Amino acid sequence: MKAPLIHRSPMPGLGLSMGITLTMLSLVVLIPIGALLLKGASYGPAGIWETVNRPRVWAALFLSFRLSLVAALFNLVFGVLLAWVLVRYRFPGRRLLDAAVDLPFALPTAVAGISLTALYAPTGAFGSLADQIGWKIAYTQWGILIALIFVGLPFVARTVQPVIEEIEREVEEASATLGASRLYTLRHVILPMLMPAALTGFALALARAVGEYGSVIFIAGNIPLVTEIAPLLIIIQLEEFNYDAAAAIGIAMLLISFALLLAINLIQVWSRRRIGHV
Amino acid sequence: MSDATFRPATEETPLARRLLITLVVLGLGLLVLAPLVVVFVEALRQGVGEALASLTHRDAWAAIRLTLTIAAISVPLNAIFGVAAAWFITKFDFRGKAVLITLIDLPFSVSPVVAGLCIVLTFGANTAIGGWLVGQGYPIVFAMPGIILATMFVTFPFVARELIPVMIEQGRTEEEAALTLGAGGWRVFWTVTLPNIRWALLYGVLLCNARAMGEFGAVAVVSGKIRGQTATIPTTIEMLYQEYLSVAAFTLAAVLALLALVTLLLKTLLELRHADQLAATHRH
Repeated sequence: MKAPLIHRSPMPGLGLSMGITLTMLSLVVLIPIGALLLKGASYGPAGIWETVNRPRVWAALFLSFRLSLVAALFNLVFGVLLAWVLVRYRFPGRRLLDAAVDLPFALPTAVAGISLTALYAPTGAFGSLADQIGWKIAYTQWGILIALIFVGLPFVARTVQPVIEEIEREVEEASATLGASRLYTLRHVILPMLMPAALTGFALALARAVGEYGSVIFIAGNIPLVTEIAPLLIIIQLEEFNYDAAAAIGIAMLLISFALLLAINLIQVWSRRRIGHV
Repeated sequence: MSDATFRPATEETPLARRLLITLVVLGLGLLVLAPLVVVFVEALRQGVGEALASLTHRDAWAAIRLTLTIAAISVPLNAIFGVAAAWFITKFDFRGKAVLITLIDLPFSVSPVVAGLCIVLTFGANTAIGGWLVGQGYPIVFAMPGIILATMFVTFPFVARELIPVMIEQGRTEEEAALTLGAGGWRVFWTVTLPNIRWALLYGVLLCNARAMGEFGAVAVVSGKIRGQTATIPTTIEMLYQEYLSVAAFTLAAVLALLALVTLLLKTLLELRHADQLAATHRH
């Protein structure tokens, strides 16, 4: 027998809650995204390709993706360390540090953007130090990298923390009893348990970084082909009323986001299956 | 507890611990805390008086008012959506639930700039809907409704995402009991469901509000950044910064940074006092 679309239920409010949900979802999210896709469809795959297949656009997309990947990898390693230290160790200031992890989520991107620039510009506190050894950070790709690390910092730590809390000490004790060194236990027992959550956090940080705009544009310098990120290119096209080109780049970015979203879901399915086996 | 002579096999050596703690403190200090401190240092560079004076400027004041207005409209709307969506998803069984949840989460994986672009392409003056609305005297893009839509887009999942896991965990039995005893739908919601989800709701609203007041990319695309009219706090910060009005830019930034700090403080308090009534992922 085929399952009904909506099961009968004694609960009240079906019509109202379904109505509000579907109406607002359509109005705020689905119709606008649909408009972008429609614009792309009317522009045609050939038109999109022609827009994207220009050195400046490729450079921007490649730059956004490459630096986001490096930033997310940094955050993967640092986030796991951070989560471990926050859950397992007790030291003065731990609570403060724990709260500070969420700061990149709470601090508006424009604020982060100008303050990172003030810090890492050649006249800034950190920038002047780096300048003495000839290392330019702000207005180069290093600056973009630092901004992307900043915005993605909480993701891995926050997905991994609850998993570390759930780990039973017996597992580590068993490993130690069997003669494993602490390092061996961490690498071969603990780390595999953290991997699914860490990868989810990694994908979230990556998705966030690819689309990031506010914290990057101040520190980037925005030189075409060198430090110009993909979202900025959309804004430049819009300011020239070049809606087709803006839509083409937007669709390219949307496809990257959807691919990442799919990856996140696959990781979750895979990890659920793995945990099911244990 | 462990001392110099005895260390459990399930702990790292004291040296390794100290090294890891130093690394983490240094990393967070340089990457996260230093930028926060710099905002206030730069704002107060020429003294408190100068900073406060820049806040009383007409454009700064208009930006603050606009941002507050936008949050006051978009956050309650998203809260209503979040509660309705969570009710629909957790109190009823239907096909396509997973798809619906994915669609609600969608804005988190779309770049804010692309979100703004979507709104411009839907409601811009040169589109069918937008053109008609402009003809009726209701412009959306480069006006307040567009900023509200863009803000709602980027903050869309916050409340629903917080409520759904909490309401799944609480189940339907309490509501069913109230219904059996003859309570009407609204009465069940106000007296049974709402008290159970109020802290989670507050938590979601808190995060939604912080993001709504600080949103930059999506708003920059749709607002047109008209001074005194459609420039929010974040877009005004950008304009001031690019005009080298550093103190004014960082003072407005400090206002938003204070908002972020208050948000974090309230969030931490909620997590400490009502951890059992928040979504499972936040428990630590």
